[in-house]
Parts: sequence; C-alpha cells; structure tokens
Amino acid sequence: MSDWETVIGLEIHAQLKTHSKIFSGASTTFGAAPNSNACLVDLGYPGMLPVLNKEAVRLAVRFGLAIGAEVAERSVFARKNYFYPDLPKGYQISQYELPIVKQGTLTIVLDDGTEKVIGVTRAHLEEDAGKSLHENFKDSTGVDLNRAGVPLLEIVSEPDMRSAQEAVAYMKAIHSLVRYIDICDGNMQEGSLRCDANVSVRRRGAKEFGTRAELKNLNSFRFVEKAIEYEVARQIDLIESGGEVVQETRLYDPDRHETRSMRAKEEANDYRYFPDPDLLPVVLDVAFIESVAEELPELPGARRERLMTDHGLSAYDAGVLTAERDMADYYEAVSASVGGEEKLAANWVMGELAAALNRDGLAIHESKVDAETFAGLLRRIVDNTISGKIAKEVFEAMWAGEGDADTIIDKRGLKQITDTGAIAAIIDQVIEKNPAQLADYRGGKEKLFGYFVGQVMKATQGKANPAEVNRLLKEKLAG
Amino acid sequence: MSDKDIKTLAKALAAGETTSVALTEAALAAVDACGAELNAFITVDADRALAAAKAADERIARGEAGPLTGIPMAHKDLFCTNGVKTTAASRMLDNFVPPYDATVVERLAAAGAVSIGKTNLDEFAMGSSNETSYYGPVKNPWDKTVVPGGSSGGSAAAVAARLVPYATGTDTGGSIRQPAALSGITGLKPTYGRVSRYGIVAFASSLDQAGVLCVSAEDAAYVLQAMAGYDERDSTSVNDPVPDYVSAIDGDIRGKRVGIPREFLSEGVETGVRNAFSAAADELSALGCVVEETSLPSLSLSVPTYYVVAPAEASSNLARYDGVRFGHRAENPKDLTDLYERSRGEGFGAEVKRRILIGTFVLSHGYYDAYYLRAQQVRQLIADDFNQAFEKHDFLIGPTTPTAAFALGEKTADPVQMYLNDIFTIGVNMAGLPACSVPMGFDRKLPVGLQIIGRAFDESGILSLAHHYQQATDWHTRVPQGYEE
Repeated sequence: MSDWETVIGLEIHAQLKTHSKIFSGASTTFGAAPNSNACLVDLGYPGMLPVLNKEAVRLAVRFGLAIGAEVAERSVFARKNYFYPDLPKGYQISQYELPIVKQGTLTIVLDDGTEKVIGVTRAHLEEDAGKSLHENFKDSTGVDLNRAGVPLLEIVSEPDMRSAQEAVAYMKAIHSLVRYIDICDGNMQEGSLRCDANVSVRRRGAKEFGTRAELKNLNSFRFVEKAIEYEVARQIDLIESGGEVVQETRLYDPDRHETRSMRAKEEANDYRYFPDPDLLPVVLDVAFIESVAEELPELPGARRERLMTDHGLSAYDAGVLTAERDMADYYEAVSASVGGEEKLAANWVMGELAAALNRDGLAIHESKVDAETFAGLLRRIVDNTISGKIAKEVFEAMWAGEGDADTIIDKRGLKQITDTGAIAAIIDQVIEKNPAQLADYRGGKEKLFGYFVGQVMKATQGKANPAEVNRLLKEKLAG
Repeated sequence: MSDKDIKTLAKALAAGETTSVALTEAALAAVDACGAELNAFITVDADRALAAAKAADERIARGEAGPLTGIPMAHKDLFCTNGVKTTAASRMLDNFVPPYDATVVERLAAAGAVSIGKTNLDEFAMGSSNETSYYGPVKNPWDKTVVPGGSSGGSAAAVAARLVPYATGTDTGGSIRQPAALSGITGLKPTYGRVSRYGIVAFASSLDQAGVLCVSAEDAAYVLQAMAGYDERDSTSVNDPVPDYVSAIDGDIRGKRVGIPREFLSEGVETGVRNAFSAAADELSALGCVVEETSLPSLSLSVPTYYVVAPAEASSNLARYDGVRFGHRAENPKDLTDLYERSRGEGFGAEVKRRILIGTFVLSHGYYDAYYLRAQQVRQLIADDFNQAFEKHDFLIGPTTPTAAFALGEKTADPVQMYLNDIFTIGVNMAGLPACSVPMGFDRKLPVGLQIIGRAFDESGILSLAHHYQQATDWHTRVPQGYEE
C-alpha cells in the first residue's frame, strides 16, 4: 500500500438557508407534500423567467469571505443543458466560467492534531434539480419538484487531500464552517450538505495524477470515508493486476460499502453551457462585500486559536469546542460566568454535558441545562461546596429537571463536609473498624491508602472534601 | 379611411357615439366574416371579449377610461393568457391553457383593452412568412396569394384588414417590423428591456421584445404607454421611468439628423422599394430633417450572426417541451427516451426542428468557440456600428425589407432566402435598439415599409419622426380593397 499515493478532491453541495428558492418565490421548506413547493417558474412553464434571490448571493459572499477567497465583482449564470424529468426547463441554471467565489483555503485539523491547508478552487451558485421517485409507481416514475430551484453553493476543492481521513476532516471543516457562518443547516439526512469525491491513485513520487473516478452519493462522513477507502483499494488492485482505471462516475452503495459504475466518460453529457440570457451578470460593489464582511462571526480557526492563547486550552480541547458554533458559544458563556476556570469549564462541557446530549440525541441548543445554570453548578465545585463526584450527581438531577445546582444540593443535602474535625472523627471510626488493613498498610502495602479513602467517602456519602480526606488520612494512618 | 384607429375610436367612445360592446361585436363579426379566409386568428374568445367590453363600458361611464379602454384588440398567440389557450402556433402547445397572463396582457387589460382573441404566427415565432404555423399560413389582405410577413403575421393581417385597430407582436429578428411593412401598417419594436418578457413564450431571450402592430405611430404611442415599464418578474426589463410617449409625439423634428446607411440600399433591394424609399427620404428632408448618407459596415454579418445566437438560445428555451408537465405528449411511450423523442418529434414542425438542431450544434463541445462565442463578438461589432452612427445621427432609416411581400410557398423550400428577408431588421435586435416600420408606398400594388431606428430608449423620438411623416403622407391610411369600412 505504501507504494501508492491517494489524491482526492471534493465537490460539496451546500443548500443555502434562504426562505425562498434561488430564482422563484416558492418556499424551500423541507418535507412538504410532493410538488406543493413548486411554482410555475420551478415547473418551467412557458414564458416564466428566473429572478435571482439576493439572499442567496449574500450567503455565497459570506462563504467566500470566510475562506479568504476572492469574491468576484462580476459573476455570470449559465445554462447547463440536459434532459431529465426532474429538470423541468431542460437546463439547470448554474455558474460556469465566472463563479461568485474563487480561490480560497480552509485549514483542516487531523486526528493527530496536525494542520493542513486545503485549497478551495471555487464556489458557485446554482439551482437544485427535483427528485425522481421510483417507488410507489408501477411502470412509471413520479417527479417531485419541491427541491427544484432550491439554492445550492457548490464548493469545489483542489485535489489536495491524500487520504480518506483527510477528506473526512475537510468535509467536517466545511460542515462546521457553513453552520458557523449560518449559510446552511448542515443537515445531511435531508440532503442539505452533499458530497461527491474525485478519487485517483498514483505511484508515490509520480508527478502526474492518475485517472480519476467521481464518486456520487456520499451523504455522511462515514460514507465519504468508506467509499473512498473502497475506491482506493479497487483502483490499486486494478492497476496492480494489469488493468487501467477508466474515467467514470461511480455510485456508492452504502449497504454493500462498494462503488459501482454509473456511466463512463464517453457516455457523459455535452452540457452545452452558455450564459443565461434571462439573467443579468451578478455585479457586486465593494460596499456590499464589505457589509457582508462586517456581519461575519469569528470563524472556527480564529476562535480555536483564541481559546488556546487566552483560555489556555489544549489544541484538542479548543478544536472540539469550536467545531460547532453553538458548542463554542455555550462553552464561552459558561466559562465567562464561572470566571477564570476555563479548563474546568471545558472539561465539563466536553464531558458530562456532551455525554448527556449524546445520550438523549440532542443538539446543544436543545440542552436541558442552559449555560448559566450549568455555570452555577461549576461555581459550587470551585468554592468547594461540592466535590466533582457529587457534582456529577447534581448535574444528572439538573438534567432531569429538578432545578438549579443550589436547590438540588440543598434538597439532597449534598453540601460537602469541609469541617476538619468532622472528617477526622469519621477517619478515626474507619481506622478502628479496619485493624487488619491498618496493619497491612503500616507493614508497607501503601496501595491500601485508596481503600481507606473509599471507606471514608462511603461513610460520608461522598460529601467529604477529598483533599481534606487525603491530608488527614495520611497523618492518621502514619500513626 | 382612418376611422378605425385608436385615437378616433377612443373619442367616439368618450363621446358616447358608440360602445365597447358595439365595437367588440363588430370586430367579432368582421373576424367571423373573413377569419377563415385570412386565417389571422388561432383562437377567438367572444365570451371573454364581450364581458371585457361590458366592463369597459361601465368604466367609461364612470369616467375612468384611458385611451385604450373599451377598444378591441388581439394578442399574438405567443403571449400567455390566463384561461385562454396559448399555442405559439405549435402542435406542441395545441392543448396548453396557461394559468397566468403575460405582463403585457395584464397591463393592457388593466388599461381596459378588450382582447378578442389570439392571432396566428410562425411556429414559436420562427419564420418570416407565417407559413410555419401548425394552424396554416396567414394570407395577406392586400393579395391573398402573398404572405403577410412573419412571425407576427396574424397580428399584421388582422390590423391591415382593420379587424382590430391594433394587436400585440413580438420581434426577435424583425417579426413586428417585417410583417408591418409587408402588410402596409405601422409596427413598433421597443428597446430591449423596455417591455417585460414575462409570460411570452420564449424564442431567443436576448433578442425577444414585445411591441405593437397598429395603424399609426400615434396609436403605437398609446399602446406602448400601457405596455412599457419595469417588471420585477423579468430581470432583463429596465428600471427606468417611462416617458410620456403620447405628448412627445408632436415634438419638433426640424434639424434632426437622419442617416441612411448605404448597406440598407444594397443590390438586393427592388427598384420599387428603392423608389418608395427615395420619396420617403425626400419627405423627411422637406419636413426639415437633415438627411445624410452613413454606414453600418458590419451589418452584412447580422444574418449569419443571428442564425447562430437565436437558434442557440432557442435550442435551450425549447428544451422544456418534453411531454412531461404540459403540452403535447406522445401516446404510450415505451420509456423515457421514447417519450422525449416522439413528443418532440410529433410536437415540433420542420423549421423549429431545424433551429433546435442548429442551436444544439453551435453550442456543442468543440464548436462553441467557433460559433457561439464568435457570434457574440460579431454581435458586439454590430452594436458598436450602430453606436458610432448614433454619435452623428439622431435616427437611421432605410427600407424595412428589400422587397414587398412574396408569394405563398415561394421561399419555403429555401430557408436561406427566407432568412435574408430579415436582412435589414435583424441588426436592430442584435443591438437591442428601438425601431418602427411605417407604410411608405407600394411596389406593384403591395405595400412597402420605411424603417426608422433610434437610440436605445428613444421610442419617443422615432414615434415622433414617424408621426410627422404620417401627418405629411397618407400611406398609413390606405386599407386593402374589400376591407374598407
């Protein structure tokens, strides 16, 4: 395997978060009854004309600025001509020679913490096609045009990725970014973010790229990884057994985890692109671009850096916390409220909170404990009212809706015992009840220290201040 | 014999000398009487027309009438009309009833216009003789053995025969001006973007423009006033204020510089046309214009350029007719390809297929640069020629066509001969300029037209010049024999 190098480029279609379609006033709401969100423009009726949705342009510009790309002051819509039942006009309106976004970059972070810069060749606006429904119709195909005309931003990367893992990291970074800047909901089940991959292999050190296959239908991070891994192995096997990779489009089958040929290059359509005479070129003035720049939030990369520098978090923690804007916002709200305990806040947000969300299948904005309430819990750890261990119990109670931290601590009597005298008395009782262990400990089995701690905590139902327990136990056991 | 022009009728209505219902009934009767003979109409909708006429009469009675209120008219059957079949003269749309009005239809209806029906045309507006219509050719009221011109042939014949005082048209390469010239009436093609294209069955989007065929330049001003203006549903419509065309029509034309591009008097121009044009140019001189020779060197390239650009756009615009959602659908298709091939094979006529093939070819991989891109560059040269000429001249004039109307069937076998009939009109579409054609006499008993081209958005200027010419001449008042009042 190490003889071979994998080369991957991704084309990601992000559905832009607009209320209406890119060229008509029809709604973009997901899940409506078939064809109920398709107006006459979407249906391609004679004499109907496209009118560009300015919000889609704004969102595309926002993306361009977020990846440090050139935002074209003039871009042009073109027609991509082909016949298909889910393409009512017989052409798709897209951008071809002059896209709205050109040449940007996105930094990805790999699992080992290393960073890599991936080039984004272009991003262009286009309309989505409808959907053919083959089930439920005998001897015919149904067409649902609700999706026809939904605005998409097609984001085309350079062939900069060298493994399936890098491709996944890139797709995750795009997924994170588009939600960060609020241009796409990122919902992959609903098709709001879709991915095609161009994959080829070459001998390590070779200058030329190998012949590539385009993989379609990679609609989850896992599929991206599986499909590319399968395809890379297939291509290497093919070449090593004397065959040749042909340029073609291959469909990923998620049930069998394999790719299958859809159509070869020679069967490919000649799309006969030409500028759409129904639409004027999109001309953006500098003031507009600047106004979009001003509304741009702090981006994930910059935020990650800031959390490392100002909050003293590790690269890993900062990366996890900034992957989602809502998560980062939550963390920052908690740490600001607690004040100066960033590491504690980070651990708790990434630990207990994330686990609870995950367990209940909730997104961070659906959390049953809001940031301020959550901070209230952490403050009780900081001021030694409760131990970390007790705090977990309190958190579960908060999650179950029993109120804020103070209420629960009070109601359940969980206030930490910090009175040295009280703790010392309990330690004395424990030592008295365990003479054999005491003898062993004093005879050199120092591991038994943990046993004594456990007994003390058990006797206090975990409420004893652990630091105090440690200190006093050491003294008493030493005799 | 100009008693059927808009101005006269509007006065009569205002004075209570007639009613919209009476005018509409008369128009419907006239269409009935000679409809089959001329074949000018594809659809006549008497019920709607009379209902609209009744409403117009009420509006007139309330004193809320405008100049078009209550006057019968007709729409080229390329304009979508809500609830009324809109065919584009194609079998493909023989069953198509739009659930919407084109902006032009909507605006004229709002002005109180009474549409009596839909006029015949070349299929999808592709033709110069009205012979490509699925519903058969239209006859020229001046001589029923000759064509009325096209593609707005039905509108031209209907107005020439005074069935209605005006009708809408569209002009992609001359489709208003050429039939107006050949049928002896006035036709106006406004600047590209002046009138909304929304709801007009598209032929070539960068060239299509709606206008009017009518009796006089003054009437054209009334109709344009109602049609023109920005429409947010058409991104290429221009958001500039609409001037008052009607009051500008009497403007002074003395001292206006009128250029005659020598290319408009090339070899192919018939002597009779040449003579009529000379007289017209003299008339403008007599009216105080400064008439000079000029040149549009790239004009000869306009026909070949047009026949790359227009078919390219058409091949894409007509892709939506696939038998899936509306229009003609082949029976019992065995699969998707069969559905497409037979629906389109059966639905489109020969000329439409020819242009789809040409358009598909010139946009194909490997040919795009040599044809489409090159054509766009030449188009720019043609536009530059006009712009240069308009630095020196206020208007450009010439014969609208090189010959008078030709015989039915004469040019159907030779598409190139047919295309060359638009040699003087196509350049104007390439440059997006406004132009009108007004009657300027006869060549062997058939009418010929004078084309007046203006600067972009100077419809006021060309209508004013045409109006002064029509004040000094009476060609526009001539009515073909048998159609007089």
